[in-house]
Amino acid sequence: MSHQRPDGVTPSQTVGPYFKYGLTPNGEYAWNDAFTNNLVTPDTSGERIRVEGKVYDGDGAVVPDSMLEIWQADAQGRFCDPQDKRALPNSSFKGFGRVGTDAGGGYAFDTIKPGQVADPDGKPQAPHIVLAVFARGMLLHLYTRIYFDDEASNASDPVLALVPADRRATLIARRKADSGNAVYTLDIHLQGDNETVFFDV
Amino acid sequence: MTLQYPLQSLAAHPARLSPAYRSTLKRAPTKPLIPMRHTLSELTGPVYGHETVREHDNDLTIQHKSEPLGERIIVHGHVLDEDGRGVPNVLVELWQANACGRYIHVVDQHPAPLDPNFTGAGRTQSDATGYYKFITIKPGAYPWGNHHNAWRPAHIHFSVFGHSFISRLVTQMYFPGDPLFPFDPIFNSVTDEKARARMISSFDLENTKPEWALCYRFDIVLRGRYATPMETK
Repeated sequence: MSHQRPDGVTPSQTVGPYFKYGLTPNGEYAWNDAFTNNLVTPDTSGERIRVEGKVYDGDGAVVPDSMLEIWQADAQGRFCDPQDKRALPNSSFKGFGRVGTDAGGGYAFDTIKPGQVADPDGKPQAPHIVLAVFARGMLLHLYTRIYFDDEASNASDPVLALVPADRRATLIARRKADSGNAVYTLDIHLQGDNETVFFDV
Repeated sequence: MTLQYPLQSLAAHPARLSPAYRSTLKRAPTKPLIPMRHTLSELTGPVYGHETVREHDNDLTIQHKSEPLGERIIVHGHVLDEDGRGVPNVLVELWQANACGRYIHVVDQHPAPLDPNFTGAGRTQSDATGYYKFITIKPGAYPWGNHHNAWRPAHIHFSVFGHSFISRLVTQMYFPGDPLFPFDPIFNSVTDEKARARMISSFDLENTKPEWALCYRFDIVLRGRYATPMETK
């Protein structure tokens, strides 16, 4: 079926304050979750990690009504998407997760450390997760990235290199020293001195 | 052919800082976004099979013991790319207030009744041509605290996945002829009239089911278009 060429994309609108029962019910509403914050399947290879943090607004107040979505490669740096023309991932790892922040603005994802993905010139990027932030008061979601502070390849990452040095830390999750499991923390600041770097993609 | 995602397409979206919608003041970034080339991380996106969607998840009127109160409606249309090609097999989620303008969400304290037979959430997958269809009830308008006598026009929230993570869209579908349009800062955060019109469903008499339900058509256009030979490097 062919359609007239549209005169543009459908404009974005905010998720508003009431998305939770539809998008992140998490057992609190009579609706089932299509996605959760746990991306790990039994057959997933790679290092199990948790990424957690809080979301803050311009007053430094926690944001209890935001939704975070992540998209990432598997441990071999391959995406679970037929558009990734390389060998398909060998597990049921899908690479997508979603969570609503809790009353304290907190979020967490259980996943695996992604492998390296090449940039358009074939240059390897440091391991990273793409993060989309949605919230009441956000008319269009924002994209940022999660990097890891224990990756030497951060120093040569072509995307981090675009970010002023004094703002790079807003993209780099820090591994908790005392954790047996690999737990990384990264807070998201929508505004303020530590405003998270968001990308124009 | 590979899809391209020119930044110009983003011009249709609202400015993140839209002061008339007060909540944007503390939640819109104050520093400029950093431009970057799209890598595979941006150009790929989640792909979901039918396992995500159960039979009847697209019918919000049969999720409980009895039918919800309100005006039963059919909402259908196509998920399209910027060239007007159907986007097949993508997840379409929706959520909405009930016929009285009340959400089941615990934070919603609008003194209008909840309907024990209506949750207000649904999902479906577009078919091979990009077509999707929901059966629901028409949501009511409701007040919100943005300014004195602020009322949201009746709307249905949509969440749509496309060919890539950067074609992801969350939007709201409105109903034609709503008298609240001129007064709603969220609707009017889209400053171009033609772009605003793309958020308004059209009444679809042809697909209205006699003796049963009115029908509205809502096509959803996601980022992504194919390069023409002139545009390739």
